[in-house]
Amino acid sequence: MKHDEHLHTLTGAYALDALTGEEQRAFAAHLRRCEACLGEVGEFEATAARLAAAVSLPAPAPMRRAVLTRIDTVRQAPPRTRPPAPALLTTALTRRAGPFVIAASIAAAATFGGLAVRQHQQAEQARTQAQHSARQAQDLAAVLAASDARAVHGRTTTGAATTVVTSALREEAAFVSSGLPAPPADRTYQLWFDDQGTMRPAGLLPGDGATLMEGGPGTARAVGLTLEPSGGSLRPTTTPLLLLPLPA
Amino acid sequence: MEKVGHGDKDAFAVLYDAVASMVFGIAVKVVRDRSRSEEVAQEVMIDLWRQAARYRPEQGSVMTWVATIAHRRAVDRVRFARASADREHAHAVRERVRPFDEVAEQVEVRLESEQVRRCMRGLTELQRQAVTLAYYRGLTYREVAEVLRAPLPTVKTRMRDGLIRLRDCMGVTT
Repeated sequence: MKHDEHLHTLTGAYALDALTGEEQRAFAAHLRRCEACLGEVGEFEATAARLAAAVSLPAPAPMRRAVLTRIDTVRQAPPRTRPPAPALLTTALTRRAGPFVIAASIAAAATFGGLAVRQHQQAEQARTQAQHSARQAQDLAAVLAASDARAVHGRTTTGAATTVVTSALREEAAFVSSGLPAPPADRTYQLWFDDQGTMRPAGLLPGDGATLMEGGPGTARAVGLTLEPSGGSLRPTTTPLLLLPLPA
Repeated sequence: MEKVGHGDKDAFAVLYDAVASMVFGIAVKVVRDRSRSEEVAQEVMIDLWRQAARYRPEQGSVMTWVATIAHRRAVDRVRFARASADREHAHAVRERVRPFDEVAEQVEVRLESEQVRRCMRGLTELQRQAVTLAYYRGLTYREVAEVLRAPLPTVKTRMRDGLIRLRDCMGVTT
């Protein structure tokens, strides 16, 4: 087929990351159906890796310690092959906390966003099933249900309602949002702690719902939200969509 | 890799030592600014930790997996920077596609590997330019076509033909 032939010649450009936007997406979709293309792309990527190895340069020594320190606060993604763990945040919440705390934390975000609590919980539950392991959901529930949990609310520059729940006892914070538009292709939402003007990465945000932030709030004065290249950045590369002051 | 995927930091330190210079090298080559390259390299290393459990040996070697992630991120960084600059200065679009000679000179790369150097010499001039402008400069194939003043389909096939020759010359299998 002519169309497929045209796509097939893109294996080289694809392996060199020389495709963008719609073409990149079209070819990636084609790859899932084309066994031969997949094989060729695999070989080309292995060839490109030789080109990368050929320009190796010793990495700056301080980088090693910086990376090994930072991974302490970076959660690992679960393997793709494993079916998503049936982590039901709402169930965990109901089990671990009294109704008042749930009302105070979840409902605050929901009413702020003009959504019914039930809708919000359903959306959250669906997202939680897809994105979080059972353990992460439990950590998240524990922050939301912590006896010293405090919530602050704010809106992003695009109008999405957000809530940050912090627990000093647990040294953790959760971010809840509703009304965030889907990020553009190749972009991701990223959370930040504002340590007196220095933005510290606090994890990626897949979309609306509740997310446990990476790293503790510590002495952070605010929580920020930016759009970053997929995979996230070490420091913000765009203007924050939100800078929400935390309670002192 | 399996240990790294299960959160073993000592195993990750071993992975770090094995790949850091390749990751930093390709970041420097594409981003061409030392401090921004270091940022990109750090982000890549942290991404490797984050994604380790998703590495699938049947899809290729660890080095290939790492190089793919590192190159994509370096390219993403330069394209994003270029896009931001373009929004601010319309004339930056013209600036982006500089005369062939200037770009060709900049892309002249010092290759550590004798094998890669030898195999590069086996490519036609257009194949070599197409592959190196895309891989070491992070240009899209449309930009490569503009720089080389060659038709898009030609550039597409030169990239593929160039990679086929390199693959065969280096005896690469997945």
